[in-house]
Amino acid sequence: MIARPVFETSDQIFVLLKEWLVGFLPAPWQPAAGVVLSVAAIVGLFPVLFAFTTVLERKGLGRIQNRIGPNRVGPLGLLQPLADGIKSLTKEDIVPASADRVVHFLAPLVLVVTVLMGFAVVPMGRNMVLVDMDAGLLFYFAMGTSTELAIFMAGWSSRNKYSLLGAMRAVAQMISYEVALLLSSVVVVMMAGSLSLTRIVAAQNQYTWGLPHWYIFTPWGLAGFLMYAIATTAETNRSPFDLPEGESELVAGYHTEYSGFKFALFFLGEYLAMFSISGLGATLFLGGWSAPFSFLTWIPSWIWFFSKLMLSIFVFIWLRGTLPRLRQDQLMNFAWKFVLPMTLLNLLVAGLWRFLGEGWERWVLCTAILVLAYVVMGRMGMRREHFGPRSYRYVE
Amino acid sequence: MFGEGILKGLAETAKNFFGSFVSAKRLTTVEYPEQRIAPFEAARVFPFLVYDGEDWLAGLRCVACQICEKECPPQCIFIEKSKDKKPDFVGKPQSYPVRFEIDISVCMSCQICVEVCPFEAIKMDTDFELSTGDRFGGLLLNLEQLVKPNEYYHQIHPTEAAEVDARLAGEKVKAEEKAKAAAEAARAAAEAAQAKAAEGAVAVKAAEETGAAKAASDEAVPQAASDAAKAAPGAASQKQPDEEGRR
Repeated sequence: MIARPVFETSDQIFVLLKEWLVGFLPAPWQPAAGVVLSVAAIVGLFPVLFAFTTVLERKGLGRIQNRIGPNRVGPLGLLQPLADGIKSLTKEDIVPASADRVVHFLAPLVLVVTVLMGFAVVPMGRNMVLVDMDAGLLFYFAMGTSTELAIFMAGWSSRNKYSLLGAMRAVAQMISYEVALLLSSVVVVMMAGSLSLTRIVAAQNQYTWGLPHWYIFTPWGLAGFLMYAIATTAETNRSPFDLPEGESELVAGYHTEYSGFKFALFFLGEYLAMFSISGLGATLFLGGWSAPFSFLTWIPSWIWFFSKLMLSIFVFIWLRGTLPRLRQDQLMNFAWKFVLPMTLLNLLVAGLWRFLGEGWERWVLCTAILVLAYVVMGRMGMRREHFGPRSYRYVE
Repeated sequence: MFGEGILKGLAETAKNFFGSFVSAKRLTTVEYPEQRIAPFEAARVFPFLVYDGEDWLAGLRCVACQICEKECPPQCIFIEKSKDKKPDFVGKPQSYPVRFEIDISVCMSCQICVEVCPFEAIKMDTDFELSTGDRFGGLLLNLEQLVKPNEYYHQIHPTEAAEVDARLAGEKVKAEEKAKAAAEAARAAAEAAQAKAAEGAVAVKAAEETGAAKAASDEAVPQAASDAAKAAPGAASQKQPDEEGRR
């Protein structure tokens, strides 16, 4: 086949580029230089993607509300992030007089750094992973959970009631959904038999009759993916779970006291978290960088990965444009009374799937269990509490 | 409650998202500096002063009666009355404002000045592009900036301006008729007096009569003015004592 080398080059173009650049250095320096280059690529690429996502989001939300959205700066308003960046750089950086200055300064940095660390283990294409860690998923979740620390640092150090309330909400919400997020991912680990994200992708990168073995195309995978999607939306503080920064009640939540570029860093951190968690979701359930049909495998793997990532971002924006914000008690009830039981049940279903062996029985059984649980829990969630006349126990 | 509400909502927003690219009816945005819609007739921004004819000073309707200055709730109008007088649209000598200033940073566009004005001199403008680099001087409009021709008034509020013009024309006709009648009465009295004098009546009595006729003709014009005030809409009863006080 003549097309083979062309495909390989386009698929591995970034890997080859890195090798070529590193080749100029003496051999002992090469591994370190390679890592530095990869890190630079990640640190350079995702903020640019963030910049264009902000404009995409604003335009998308505008269209959802039958508006045009930003269209003044540059063609179609595409240079808007540049203007925003200049604005936030030139703004006054205010630190409240009673704030804990050191922690206040560190919080946005910790957020961005921990979020960026998560990208280290996500495979973005064939052979395109910074660190192919055996416990990649574990590392990812360790880093993802650290963002809570940054948010609490921000809220606590600001010494502002809105910041503190926002941070409290954020921590409560993120810890609650962290459990669901982990449990919904565990099914994938059970099936792939590995915590390494490259191995998980490799397990899904097979085709039967031209269709891929993505985990989303199984009952437990679909349920897991939906739970994962709910948990990620809460985890990244996106609407409808954007209570920590609910502007109608908390001004801006934990970043109320941040201005200028520190605020921009929080913004960046939020979007980077969205990218990385979408990338992880694609890796776990949507086959990572693998093509959706076997006849499409000639398209470079990194294109597939980034299309899946941007598709998830689009869904995030779509949800934001559709759903109103939840109340704190609804949010907590949803996490502990619906998402968590469903993920636990999903573990059982995944186990069943594994031990029922090949055949149609496992499809029927697993689907039936999940649908039944969903209906029953939906009914229970629908049950309204009826409030009688108010009685005052201690006042008479 | 099985999530179908969420799906319905998502379908609706998706319809909006794609629909806004396809149908112009959905996308109602007017991209302002380039595209504009004609201002509505009932729109109002800040007051301006109307004048008739070519020369704004000669045709200025304002007589510096200062009712608007007194009535203005945020006290944003400042008027300095002239020492001399100039004829108004019916030909009666009236004062005019030497200084007339409106601080539009204070003005709240309530239109009370327009409603109390008995001379149809102050009206609401529709010009909203008033941004300025000087937030003190630039927002304090002086007489030269405030005066605008009646044609402009017709352009921005056609219906209202036509009504005002009809009313003013009616007043003018009425005033002219009254003046004519008074002049005629005076002439008749004078003729009668002359006839009487010719008849050899007492000269003193004739002189008394001409004096009375003159007084009658003097009274005729203010009478016309107060009639006009009655015809004007709004606080007619309030205006009457003010005008009396002015005199």
